[in-house]
Amino acid sequence: MRTAVVVFPGTNCERDVVYALGVLGARADLVWHRETDLSSFAGVILPGGFAHGDYLRTGAIARFSPVMDSVKAMADAGQPVLGICNGFQVLCEAGLLPGALVANRDLSFICRPVHLRVESTDSILTRSATVGDVLEIPLNSYEGNFVVPEADREALHTVLRYSDAQGGVDDDANPNGSFHNIAGVANRRGNVAGVMPHPERAVEDLLGSTDGRILLESYLASLAPIHV
Amino acid sequence: MSEPIHRQLGMTDGEYDAVVGILEREPRPAELAMYSVMWSEHCSYKSSRAWLGRFPTEAPWVVVGPGENAGVVDLGDGWLAAFRIESHNHPSFVEPYQGAATGVGGILRDIFTMGARPIAVWDPIRFGSLDDPKNRYLFSGVVSGIAGYGNAVGVPTLGGEVEFDDVYAKNPLVNVMALGLLRREQLVLSAASGVGNIAVLLGAATGRDGIGGASILASASFDEASAEKRPSVQVGDPFEEKKLIEACLELYDRGLVVGIQDLGAAGISCATSESAANGGMGMDVDLDRVHVREADMTPGEILMSESQERMLAIVTPEDLDVVLALAAKWEIDASAIGTVTAGPQLKVMHRGELVAELPAASLSDDAPLYHRPVAVPEYIETAWATEVELDLRDVPNVLLQLLDDPAIGDASWIYEQYDHQLFLNTVIGPGHDGSLLRIKGTDKGLAVSTDGNGRRCYLEPRAGSARLVYEAALNVAVTGAKPLAMVDNLNFGNPEKPGVMWQFTESVEGMSEACEALGIPVVGGNVSFYNETDGVDIFPTPVVGLLGLADPMPQSPPRLDRAEDGMDLWLVGDDERDGDLAGSAVARVLGAPHVGRPASPDPAAARSAVETALALAHVAPVLHDVGRGGLAVAVAEICIRSGVGCDLMEREASSWFEESPHRLLVATAKEDGPPAASAKRIGTFTGTNIDFGTHGSVSVADAASTWRQAIPRRLH
Repeated sequence: MRTAVVVFPGTNCERDVVYALGVLGARADLVWHRETDLSSFAGVILPGGFAHGDYLRTGAIARFSPVMDSVKAMADAGQPVLGICNGFQVLCEAGLLPGALVANRDLSFICRPVHLRVESTDSILTRSATVGDVLEIPLNSYEGNFVVPEADREALHTVLRYSDAQGGVDDDANPNGSFHNIAGVANRRGNVAGVMPHPERAVEDLLGSTDGRILLESYLASLAPIHV
Repeated sequence: MSEPIHRQLGMTDGEYDAVVGILEREPRPAELAMYSVMWSEHCSYKSSRAWLGRFPTEAPWVVVGPGENAGVVDLGDGWLAAFRIESHNHPSFVEPYQGAATGVGGILRDIFTMGARPIAVWDPIRFGSLDDPKNRYLFSGVVSGIAGYGNAVGVPTLGGEVEFDDVYAKNPLVNVMALGLLRREQLVLSAASGVGNIAVLLGAATGRDGIGGASILASASFDEASAEKRPSVQVGDPFEEKKLIEACLELYDRGLVVGIQDLGAAGISCATSESAANGGMGMDVDLDRVHVREADMTPGEILMSESQERMLAIVTPEDLDVVLALAAKWEIDASAIGTVTAGPQLKVMHRGELVAELPAASLSDDAPLYHRPVAVPEYIETAWATEVELDLRDVPNVLLQLLDDPAIGDASWIYEQYDHQLFLNTVIGPGHDGSLLRIKGTDKGLAVSTDGNGRRCYLEPRAGSARLVYEAALNVAVTGAKPLAMVDNLNFGNPEKPGVMWQFTESVEGMSEACEALGIPVVGGNVSFYNETDGVDIFPTPVVGLLGLADPMPQSPPRLDRAEDGMDLWLVGDDERDGDLAGSAVARVLGAPHVGRPASPDPAAARSAVETALALAHVAPVLHDVGRGGLAVAVAEICIRSGVGCDLMEREASSWFEESPHRLLVATAKEDGPPAASAKRIGTFTGTNIDFGTHGSVSVADAASTWRQAIPRRLH
């Protein structure tokens, strides 16, 4: 069961995602954004980077890339669709996830490991984890500040929140000003998920953390149509 | 009467006469523009070339030495590394964000021109004091520019170094080093060959930006009017560069290029003439084929434009359609602008008119070569005759002042703005002595350290420059990597002053001697002269970029944060030397007169320290070079990062801050005993204080908060 990793012009984490899935024994193929047929794939990941240079607004042009119709079709069919960092921004712009990601509270790029607390396991990103687990995963973004309109808040399906090392969620543990410390969300069905930090950067001890494994393993375990 | 055009372009009358001699006629306007830039200091190295031959450049593992776009060394098992260092000093002073950003973009092109995928960037940067708002603007602008371009282009920035000194206030130094990785069969060179082959211009459209950047900005001194030179600063587009990288790497993979050259200083005129000259060929170029941003550009503007994100590929006529299709796939523009000829002339047409016809090689090979006068500057005699006098008895207080220094304090305000993890290679990232990257699928690791020390080099350019090489060697050795090859960025003042030329020649000699002592070849470099504003020269500031190879790479390389309660702290290296406070960090931070003569290095001790570090890197949890701020700062850095105190043995107060070279700190478990025969135990990690015995103590918490706030508290 193969994963499509979508490459927009300006995407840069595509090889890292393929590599990390490979470390976990799974296969993934790079797919150029002009591809329109993803029918041979069981799931799709939109990786991090700067799709179309992030021009106009992050994800604003990428949502119109030809591949996005197939991504939407997979989402509708209940197949796993995961957006990481810039991929999360694209999914929000495409209307597959609620909210949007805007400039960090301090208006500067943040590249450092952060702690995340698992809030829900009803998603392709967290199904193998346990609620309350605290994971250390690198954050790497300028527009990582999650905002969501009033109307969408009640139905919001939060899966990961920024916390301290003990799992405490407060302002001090919020690196970028995200609403309710939100780092990851899913749709109601749980098959479409977005996460701001990079789980693919935390799969080997040599690089500092293996806490990203549980998230990618959740995704891999979802590679059959799921019915949450 | 206005100045003759050649003088406005920065050429001397003698240089103009040389052009007339080559062409046997008066140059056309476009030709004069081409010579003026290609013969500028920045492009021709006319003041430095006579001395650069001193550097040792050969070793069995050198694949490409100085002269190409980047140096290339053999890592074994078919792997090669390409690396280079460059400066973007003057553009960054005029426009910090774009100056720094285009510096990153430019050096990346030098790397992927060689066939390598760029995998990391380092940025050694220097500014005036952060107490001045102008310097804060320059510093934060440069960091944003590096982050903005580097992050978006998708190449991690692994750190570098930072210094603050008012000598850089009107002439900040923004150097950038890049590293690329490639398989041996992917190596590409710049030479054009094959009569009838096509020159294809790839990437961004050519506009009016950056015209004369190399000659006007990079090759002249600065004064009040320099802000008017802002139109000479190029504007970068990392998105365009990212697409260009991917397109070029695919062109190489598919064997579609005969040769390739990036467009940097002097744009199309440099790229076409260098490709042709390097292949011993000529080229016919048609400027009407160039994709431009504005319709009415003059031929001179098209030729000299330094618009960013462009490459010139030489391809066969049979492959042309495939190459254009591949460019279209990556959504970059491409135009066939020229044809390789038997030479030796470079002929440039514009709207049916011949605008330039000159021997391609004359732009580089016939460039002027100056043997400028050299004389010991006046300040040296006085400085060397004066002792540094400092009251260092209050050790804890002096240490806190050092930790509060923005050049010594926590640099995470800088490097957390850089993506330093992309590509999943970063084993040791910023904030340590040297960076360490693994090469996936192998047991190998690559280490890099960039090192400069303008204050020490000002007082003793030869010893100071040699010590940079030794320090960089130790910084890579503590990660387990053997020093392999070096590049250097020689930032100096006005070469027309004999004292500056003395600093330069002494520095080259010192670095060369150290490279010879350690068997390190120099595979590339850059000279940045005219770092002078309002008649004041910067300190001579050579910056070395050293590449090391760890094979095998330690599975758990030493880190600063791995000291634990109960471990012993050892000092390896000569602890009996006379004090070395001249040019030291403590002398600067305490505001002492800038005098004294820094200690000379000891090549045998340097070799021994590197060998010891290489052996210990596979076993010791902590291994740390003693550098800026001496022993006290080195110990404090381990305590802060590891979150543990240290009981230190008695020693003379000043010896905590002296910066004698070739010394290492090692932490080991108590039962392991001395880590090396020459090791001397100087303390034990325990408790929550850094305890200097009778000199007093400071809590790790206070040290840490001072250290963490050193940069942020000056910015907010």
